[in-house]
Amino acid sequence: MPSLKDMRNRINSVRATRKITSAMKLVAGSKLRRAQEYAEAARPYAAKMAAMLANLAAAVREQGEAPPLLAGTGKDDTHLIVVATADRGLCGAFNSSIVRATRRRIQELKEQGKTVKLVCVGRKGRDMLRREYGDLIVEFVDGIAGKRRIAFADAERVAAKLLELYEARAFDVATIVFNRFKSAMVQIVTFKQLIPVEAPEAERGGEGPRAIYEFEPDEERILSELLPRNLAVQIYGALLENAASEQGARMVAMDNATRNAGEMIDKLTLRYNRQRQANITKELIEIVSGAEAL
Amino acid sequence: MAERLNVEVVDPERVITSATVEMVVLPGAEGDFGVLPLHAPLVSLLRPGVVSLFENGRPSRRFFVAGGFVEVNEQGCTVLAEGVEPLEEISRAAAEQALKDAEEDLADAKAPSEEERARLERAVAIARARLEAVSQATS
Repeated sequence: MPSLKDMRNRINSVRATRKITSAMKLVAGSKLRRAQEYAEAARPYAAKMAAMLANLAAAVREQGEAPPLLAGTGKDDTHLIVVATADRGLCGAFNSSIVRATRRRIQELKEQGKTVKLVCVGRKGRDMLRREYGDLIVEFVDGIAGKRRIAFADAERVAAKLLELYEARAFDVATIVFNRFKSAMVQIVTFKQLIPVEAPEAERGGEGPRAIYEFEPDEERILSELLPRNLAVQIYGALLENAASEQGARMVAMDNATRNAGEMIDKLTLRYNRQRQANITKELIEIVSGAEAL
Repeated sequence: MAERLNVEVVDPERVITSATVEMVVLPGAEGDFGVLPLHAPLVSLLRPGVVSLFENGRPSRRFFVAGGFVEVNEQGCTVLAEGVEPLEEISRAAAEQALKDAEEDLADAKAPSEEERARLERAVAIARARLEAVSQATS
């Protein structure tokens, strides 16, 4: 039986924990709002770029010659997975669900006899994957997930690394794993293929053939600028979704933790009071029976 | 003139502006060009330069862009730009300094790889265009 003092200490420590978790919840809540705004602000560019790419891809396909970023290397032996996670924990299943999905994907690919390589963005993913698949990690990009606002330049850095590896023919297919933000409660682990670019289908207006674009300079030149840019945009979108998801997951996790701490405090307080009362009763009985014995 | 042109200037992080104007002048990769309403569908690369939105025959707003793409279709004109800055927010001294820094970076780079060199040269070109844009705007 713990002494009263022990119990008091215990209650106080749980109280302190509750204070921390509830503060973290509030912080995550306000960060979430901002992260969501950023993710939304970046959407128009991505949408416009996808539309432009669709038009260009359609035009280039008619002529045959497509650049390797669009057409692929013609093989799919080596898969590169970009694992985007957070730098910090205490956000529920956010990181572990990404890592779990990645493990499963690695297993699948290995069973099919493919080679797998990993690029980790975010410290947590690397730490969790390092033990098992340390030899597969070819690159680690640090200092992105922890930022207040993810800059486009960060995404460009990741994209540049991928392009470098692609040009060195280090992989055939690249995929990024991240958590798609659905709501603060729900995040969906998503795999998105980055290279070769899955050209979005050009949307067709209801009436007549599509407008025929003039290209200046020619399609290939524009495409050779647009494709690397598109890669960065895709990565940027994924990183922003991930940032919003992280804050959402943390908010929910901290809310749960705060609630659990509250329950714990109630339970402990009840036990503490009961114990205290029992002690008093016991002392009284001792005094009374002591007096009776005289 | 009833016809107006919808213009959107977007950079990867946000929508810079969305407006309807008379005309837009863009720094195309093969020379500046103007876009009026009902322009033929066009996709073009942009070089570093100034995007001007025209109102009543005069440029009403001007932006410096470091590069990007433009798409013109029946809905209007969409500029997918990078490094967008309103021209009036660039100071001449800062632009001069930026050019000097970029040139120094290029000169200091010891045995840069081909890509590294291309990147630095691009930075210099952008800085030079930026300074030029500011000088023209103020003179």
